[in-house]
Amino acid sequence: MQPLKVVRSRTVVIPLSNIDTDQIIPARFLTTTTKEGLGRHLFADWRYLADGAPNPEFVLNQAASLGCEVLVGGRNFGCGSSREHAPWALLDYGIRAVISTEIADIFRSNALKNGLLPVTVDEATAAWLLANPGAEVTVDLAAREVLLPTGAKAAFPIEAFARHCLLSGLDELAFLRSKQAEIERYEAARPDA
Amino acid sequence: MTPCTLFDKVWRAHEVVPETPDTPAVLYIDLHLIHEVTSPQAFSMLRSLGVPVRRPERTLATMDHSTPTRSEQVFGKIPIKLDAAAKQVRQLEQNAAEFGVELFGMRDARRGIVHVISPELGASRPGMTIVCGDSHTSTHGAFGALAFGIGSTEVGHVLATQCLLQRKPKTFAINVEGRLPPGVTAKDLILAIIGKVGVSGGTGHVFEYRGSTIRALSMDERMTVCNMSIEGGARAGMIAPDETTFAYLEGRPRAPNGADWASSVAHWRTLESDPGATFDASFDIDASALEPMITYGTNPGMVIPISASIPDLPGDAVHAKALGYMGFRGGEAMIGKPVNTVFIGSCTNGRLEDLAAAAQLLKGRKVAPGVHLLIVPGSQEIKREAEATGLSEVFKSAGADWRESGCSMCLGMNGDTIAAGQYSLSTSNRNFEGRQGVGARTLLASPLTAAASAVCGRITDPRELL
Repeated sequence: MQPLKVVRSRTVVIPLSNIDTDQIIPARFLTTTTKEGLGRHLFADWRYLADGAPNPEFVLNQAASLGCEVLVGGRNFGCGSSREHAPWALLDYGIRAVISTEIADIFRSNALKNGLLPVTVDEATAAWLLANPGAEVTVDLAAREVLLPTGAKAAFPIEAFARHCLLSGLDELAFLRSKQAEIERYEAARPDA
Repeated sequence: MTPCTLFDKVWRAHEVVPETPDTPAVLYIDLHLIHEVTSPQAFSMLRSLGVPVRRPERTLATMDHSTPTRSEQVFGKIPIKLDAAAKQVRQLEQNAAEFGVELFGMRDARRGIVHVISPELGASRPGMTIVCGDSHTSTHGAFGALAFGIGSTEVGHVLATQCLLQRKPKTFAINVEGRLPPGVTAKDLILAIIGKVGVSGGTGHVFEYRGSTIRALSMDERMTVCNMSIEGGARAGMIAPDETTFAYLEGRPRAPNGADWASSVAHWRTLESDPGATFDASFDIDASALEPMITYGTNPGMVIPISASIPDLPGDAVHAKALGYMGFRGGEAMIGKPVNTVFIGSCTNGRLEDLAAAAQLLKGRKVAPGVHLLIVPGSQEIKREAEATGLSEVFKSAGADWRESGCSMCLGMNGDTIAAGQYSLSTSNRNFEGRQGVGARTLLASPLTAAASAVCGRITDPRELL
């Protein structure tokens, strides 16, 4: 994986709470056996009309959203199913960071493993971001801070090891595989394992 | 010694390397369940790294999400309608063969929804760690296992190392006291809990369901409760094992037997939260005050007692969007609203007791004209039992559509969907927009409420028909 240090971009805002993974990518697109090309199905049921044409009302279809790499959503982003297709679709579309006051556990874990930054900020920062779509923000992973165009900074928590892996481009599986001896010792000590 | 929670005991027993400030714990996984939708990318990763499955005997695969439920497509010569789904099924067959993983394939008598068949086999047992690339893996917590859903990258991690990197979650006690009134089921209980705790109330936590109400539940009912933990934001929900658990497991094909049985039960009896163990959060609920519950919106937390009116929340944009999608207005009653499709099935409510509950109401009655009642057993084993005990005859006589097992209309991946704007009263777990088809409107409820509503053609309090 490529190291990831900073995402600097205008934001695209979907001001809804509980955006679930069925909205991020509906189940009918999960019949793939690869990770590629899912960006075209991102938010499919909101993004396209019944005839397949882009829904002009939906924010991703508006000119200002082009090239935005930061998605701001309401509370509890990514709730629902464990489908990793959700972060795959967001990344394939071009989103590199998701900001909310709360991000669901499985989505957060899946996002971190693919280089999509799950960023949880305080209520005041989230309210400002929701009210100012298109704001140019900087998500600084090394500093664990979101920098707003007002000059305000908001700290965000991120699991230490996932951050280390993202900053240095390390693969978590390589770390797990380096624990081979410990795993063998554990299995030997547990007769049923 | 410091009193421990059930979760703590299971967690500690599986720490290969404990967590530090810099690194998560390396957690050993006892059982890895695999299905066709979230595993192909993980097997591709193993292939590209040239890595085998470390413990194939701790891995069990089946196909459930994208598989057809029509007998002629499962057993006959009619192919799977969706090409991509057929490809996924073939891919899993190939991956299982290549990596030496046991697979219950399309025509296997043991096939079914992954969270139904593992308990049925006696493969899900107290004190285990169980994972699957599916968020409803929380189901297996009903046995006192630590069971949670993972993504496909983590599926690859478990295949390669039999371990996961995990931060220790917090604990959340859900204390339930009182006897469930007649007509009020485990599904109503968990919907009521989610309504109170909220759809993100359990984020970062593992639920432990405790109290006299939980102790009185059967294993099928406990699985219904634990299944929907994720709908409250908790990756896992657990129930301490007891005599009910042991009685369920004894004699099942993969449960311990002989001398192993006695020693296993002796160990399992230690798997409960110690008196005085502390939880990071807790919530108390009185089961005796509950009614049948039904959702009115587009997440499982938008739920009310069936006799209540839809909340009127002026100025709440999310509420307004949900009601707009559902075609409802604040202040309206739920009872009496028309339904087009009724779905009884899923890993939440597709077990034998669920089918028996539905049959109790359907016996001697007919599905209302114009209503499609789809009944999909959770496994082929449940299908056989329902056929042997006459439940399927009750369903067919009532005019229901009786199918082969699978996830089916819970998420509509296999083409079992409903049309835009139609109402589906469903015993499944998610009422998200489009979950059962583009534009489909889902109402979650118990198998009793589903059967009563199918008979009347409108949302009906099952207690009227009992």
